[in-house]
Amino acid sequence: MNLTLKIWRQKDAKSQGKIVDYPISGIEDDMSFLEMLDVLNEELINKGEEPVVFDHDCREGICGTCSLQINGQPHGPDRLITVCQLHMRSFKDGDTIFIEPFRAKAFPVIKDLMIDRSAFDRIQQAGGYISVNTSGNTVDANAIPIEKEKADDAFAAATCIGCGACVAACKNASAMLFTSAKVSQFALLPQGQVEATNRVLAMVNQMDEEGFGNCTNTGACEIECPKGISLENIARMNREYLKASLKG
Amino acid sequence: MGGLIKSSIARKVAMALSGLFLVFFLLQHFTINFTSIFSADVFNELSHFMGTNPVVQFALQPVLIFGVIFHFVMGFVLELKNRNARAVKYAKYSGGANASWVSRNMIYSGLVILAFLGLHFYDFWVPEIVHKYIEFAPEDPTRYYPELLHKFVSPVRTGLYALSFVFLALHLWHGFASSFQSVGFNNKYSVGATKFAKAFSIVIPLGFIIIALVLHLNHNH
Ligand code: HEM
Ligand code: SF4
Ligand code: FES
Repeated sequence: MNLTLKIWRQKDAKSQGKIVDYPISGIEDDMSFLEMLDVLNEELINKGEEPVVFDHDCREGICGTCSLQINGQPHGPDRLITVCQLHMRSFKDGDTIFIEPFRAKAFPVIKDLMIDRSAFDRIQQAGGYISVNTSGNTVDANAIPIEKEKADDAFAAATCIGCGACVAACKNASAMLFTSAKVSQFALLPQGQVEATNRVLAMVNQMDEEGFGNCTNTGACEIECPKGISLENIARMNREYLKASLKG
Repeated sequence: MGGLIKSSIARKVAMALSGLFLVFFLLQHFTINFTSIFSADVFNELSHFMGTNPVVQFALQPVLIFGVIFHFVMGFVLELKNRNARAVKYAKYSGGANASWVSRNMIYSGLVILAFLGLHFYDFWVPEIVHKYIEFAPEDPTRYYPELLHKFVSPVRTGLYALSFVFLALHLWHGFASSFQSVGFNNKYSVGATKFAKAFSIVIPLGFIIIALVLHLNHNH
């Protein structure tokens, strides 16, 4: 198939970027979206031009590195997948495809389509951990009885791969879905109770400091999340936050 | 006002609580208006009570005014902060692909409501204040119903009034159910609660519109 790609090109963090048009032909249905970009980059390199920089690592939907806004939607038009799992059969001959970085003030562009998501790392570092005694008498996590329902919810929250699609989709560039998943995976488990109060306060505080927007419950994040992280986690985080604020 | 409440979640909860408070007020207002279409006497009696009772006048009314101002000022603050959180806009953004129009345009439905409230204050509240506290006119417990009818004589006024309530319905369609999520209420009862909120957001504004139309037609008969 023949396509017109409209790709965001930006030399570095300080430069102004712009959309550049790239016609591309000979794209197969079975190619992945990233393979299509590989083909483009090979052509660019052969012509002596700068290849398009984009993030990727596992290419199987588990690492959370790939991050492209395709035709105005994070990870493209399909649901519950990352860009690396997106195939060209989702497009048709003659399509024009906009390819942009995930946009948020808290996710500055490094180059072209690659963004700096260390804001997420700092939110995680602020409280996304538990105290485990490792001095020889560590209790096996499986020895602690946990209700099945809670274990399932905690596991579902823990499947967040930190890709940032929730922020990219949100009209407010809010990081509530990500942060709430990281708060929930601990809040639901007995091991998470020790730091529970401080955790939610510290993580929300860090989230605010990074400059993410405020949630207005549009629900775009839940729809676009490749891992199907539920809005229930945001409600849970709000409850945890209120509880923690009252405790001080 | 945004500076007073530092955390994003505290702001979200404040927005939800002020919104819920306004929803509660709306229901009370609706109940009184509703009486006007079948009994001028009941309407007069209730209005006289609301207009002269010191608790309503000097405690509830200031709380309401504060609630309205808090809600829309906070709405503007949030809107500005949220716009600022994405400095460089997308060249192509498919907002409609993953979120409803009403949820993405609360500020616009809110602005229409604010414009309506301006008109409403000018129409009902300012004459009340002038009547009671500037002219010190003697209280006539039967004046309310004729005053009310008078406001709905003009078809243009009645039309604008109805249109504003369409926007209120849009605002509440997202806002009412959304406020449950904001205060952390999302559990097995949420499906029912959301249905109730959506029904409320249609029925009550529609009720206000019907009352306005009935009053308009009553007068012209
Ligand atoms: C006076 C003009 C108004 C403006 C400018 C305004 C603005 C807004 C904005 C921007 C939001 C979204 C903020 C967010 O979700 O965090 C919102 C939410 C809301 N508004 Fe309003 N609004 C107005 C009047 C009203 C009225 C009269 C009512 C009720 C009768 C109301 C009820 C609500 C509710 C329930 C929410 C949802 C809060 C939440 O999601 O937690 N608003 N408003
Ligand atoms: S919540 Fe979903 S969209 Fe957001 S970072 Fe985690 S996996 Fe990505
Ligand atoms: S490259 Fe790892 S999730 Fe896409």
